[in-house]
Amino acid sequence: MAFVEPKESFAGKVYQITIGSDKTAVFGGENALPFLTVDGNYPNKPVIAFEIQDVPPTDWPDTVRKAYENVSGDPVTWAKYCQNELNAQAIALRLVGTHPDRENRTAEDAAKTVKDVLAAINVPLIILGSNNVEKDSVVLVAAAEAAKDKNCVIGKAQEANYKTIAAAAMANNHKLIAMSELDINLSKQLNILITQMGFDKERLITDPMCSALGYGLEYTYSVMERIRLAALTQNDATMQPPILADVGMYVWKVKETQAAEADVPNWGNVEQRGITWETVTAGSLMVSGAELLIMRHPEAVKAIQKFIDELN
Amino acid sequence: MALTGVEIFKLLPKTNCKKCGHPTCLAFAMKLAQRQASLDACPDVSEDAKKVLGEASAPPVRPITLGTGDKAVKMGEETVLFRHEKKFVNPCAFAVEVKDTMSEADINKICDDVNSSEIDRVGQKLRIDAIFISNASNDAAKFEAAAKTVAAKAPAAAIILGTENAQTAEAAVKAVADRKPLLFGANDSNAEAMAGIAKANKIALGVSAKGLEALSALTEKIKGLGVEDIVMDSGAKTAKEIINNNTLIRRAAIKKNFKPLGYPVITFAQRDDVMLETLIAVACVAKYSSIVVLSSVEKWKNLALFTVRQNIYTDPQVPMQVEQKIYKIGEPTENSPLMITTNFSLTYFIVSGEVENSKVPCRLAVMDSEGLSVLTAWAAGKFTASKIAQFIKESGIENEIKHREIIIPGYVAIMSGAIEEKLPGWKVTVGPREANALPAFLKSR
Ligand code: B12
Ligand code: SF4
Repeated sequence: MAFVEPKESFAGKVYQITIGSDKTAVFGGENALPFLTVDGNYPNKPVIAFEIQDVPPTDWPDTVRKAYENVSGDPVTWAKYCQNELNAQAIALRLVGTHPDRENRTAEDAAKTVKDVLAAINVPLIILGSNNVEKDSVVLVAAAEAAKDKNCVIGKAQEANYKTIAAAAMANNHKLIAMSELDINLSKQLNILITQMGFDKERLITDPMCSALGYGLEYTYSVMERIRLAALTQNDATMQPPILADVGMYVWKVKETQAAEADVPNWGNVEQRGITWETVTAGSLMVSGAELLIMRHPEAVKAIQKFIDELN
Repeated sequence: MALTGVEIFKLLPKTNCKKCGHPTCLAFAMKLAQRQASLDACPDVSEDAKKVLGEASAPPVRPITLGTGDKAVKMGEETVLFRHEKKFVNPCAFAVEVKDTMSEADINKICDDVNSSEIDRVGQKLRIDAIFISNASNDAAKFEAAAKTVAAKAPAAAIILGTENAQTAEAAVKAVADRKPLLFGANDSNAEAMAGIAKANKIALGVSAKGLEALSALTEKIKGLGVEDIVMDSGAKTAKEIINNNTLIRRAAIKKNFKPLGYPVITFAQRDDVMLETLIAVACVAKYSSIVVLSSVEKWKNLALFTVRQNIYTDPQVPMQVEQKIYKIGEPTENSPLMITTNFSLTYFIVSGEVENSKVPCRLAVMDSEGLSVLTAWAAGKFTASKIAQFIKESGIENEIKHREIIIPGYVAIMSGAIEEKLPGWKVTVGPREANALPAFLKSR
């Protein structure tokens, strides 16, 4: 029996997105499943953004907090450190301090932080709210205005607040993250609602909701895989925006990234374990479809970069 | 090639006698084509037809078992390319490499690591499954000695003997043949001799070729030499080669029923950089390897790899769940606390683990919520005040305990009033949100 390579070619293609205004980053653009270059092109490597916050990361576990010990007191210093010392391709600024249960910072505070950070860096900026749907619709509007024309990524628009956030992203020339809850149909639905407002589908990024290794990873993994299959095999435009995996936030709250080795001797060194947890979560989601990842630990990012180099 | 229903029909007796349980031969043929029936069901099928159909209806990836006993490694039998379509069947095995040039003490150390690698996660026992002994010395006596050491020191692990030298293979295979090892290292130039050893010892043979065309030719040759249990290495080393080759192999086997590639895949993930090695292994788990060979087995790395394998190989249709009942943790008395949660395995194991940590004897009422987590079940209307009340009433717990207090998860604090309304005489206490706060919470009561 002679072997014939069972290649497949697809009608559909993932949109290619460029972010940033000075130094830029490009992702998406492939017409094949992740890294399956026998079938088609995978022209751009996945992009990794370093996550920083508007307030000190008091709630991050030791392993990852220590990595930013001397810089995380202030978002500008932190952002510069990521760009200059860690060679970040992009920065993701999470305005978690605006959450009503946290510091409850105002939209004006947030806008100022965004301006200051933008003035200090030249790599692309991703601006994230605190995931409080009401507050985000105020905070992200102010943030989008403060960053006007800088070609940032604004997120996350959810079913409950997408209108104001999408309008602000559109008016100020940004890209937009649309997040739904681990369901391919909800994800499609939200992308449709947002594009019906006149938002360009080629400026959207889909966040099907991340989950950590051991804590629902398989759901995110399969939703991402199904989104990619729909984009390619069905040429479904609503499924063709690049996919975001917001990894760090989900990983650095699970027990495996924190429990002391003395309490769980079978689990080994806590630092290595935490870094590996983030690395493995990110690696799996890249293999299933993510093109943009938000991560925390520099060592995890380093490992993922090596993996990406091998995949291209 | 896969046969269509009509092609199969042509080979059947065409008597429509219904003995197979189907109304007509054609209906039966259709079921065979979809792999939903087995040819054995028709008593009248001819020997000739059996031969043709047997080949065509064999599982697309040949089932192979390595090792013996309850920890034997099963491979193959996969039927899909994507896990959302259907559960992946046989979880990929992790093997660690031992070189026969290592000192006996070093080999013993790795065996110990393998023996103690077992971790209990969400009710499953996960471990390093196999040891790959490579014949780095190219010396027969050293290889045999290493095989014997591993066999004695790691009594439960599956053994893989890696060598391209049929002369050195012979004695080592013989020494551990009763453990049903895999002999790995057949290639185009040593095929006859290696196949001879595998056949004589009734074990599976691992073959290696560069590229899929050469690999298909090699498996055909080996099969022609009388060895049916084959494990394949396509020579893929980088993450990109692994994803591409493994996908083409799985597609060829499943979509084209291309027999020469219908065998389990072994991949060598060893790297100097342990994090990169871990990620290569992740690609192997996600993308169809049946055996991944690692260079080391650190505990933190094992935990992450076991977990990713468990995640990828869970059934996408049925979340892992535990039985609905009131579990006793420690030795609770009639005054011990009572808590409630859902029956999602992950939820149950996290919560019961933390209760155990607290050393406070408790009862944990686990309610059937179709395997959903607390918040998911609540949002889906499966963990509601009235369902909780009904469960508690029907459980008979009121006869077992003296108090009438139930502790609910902090995330569903909003239900506390409604539960008190539906369970007259009961007091609802809101516990912490995260289970890791449970020990402090229970001890401070
Ligand atoms: C994976 C997931 C799913 C999976 C289901 C997984 C499963 N088997 O349950 C899927 C994709 C199917 C799903 C579906 C839905 N989901 Co969902 N899902 C999640 C996700 C990402 C993780 C859930 C999880 O596994 N947690 C881990 C387990 C261990 O947590 P847990 O059970 O809560 O247990 C913890 C605590 O509660 C506590 N605890 C547990 N028991 C007890 C007991 C006591 C006494 C105490 C003190 C503490 C305690 O300890 C545990 C560890 O700390 C969460 C978001 C998130 N990251 O949390 C959303 C989430 C739970 N889902 C949500 C929703 C809305 C849904 C849907 C309704 C939406 C939809 N997509 O249609 C559906 C409903 C399902 C249905 N069948 O209709 C919402 C719920 C919102 C809310 N507050 O009500 C969440 C929070 C997402 C969000 N909005 O951010 N989901
Ligand atoms: S038992 Fe065989 S001959 Fe009888 S109906 Fe079924 S397939 Fe046809």
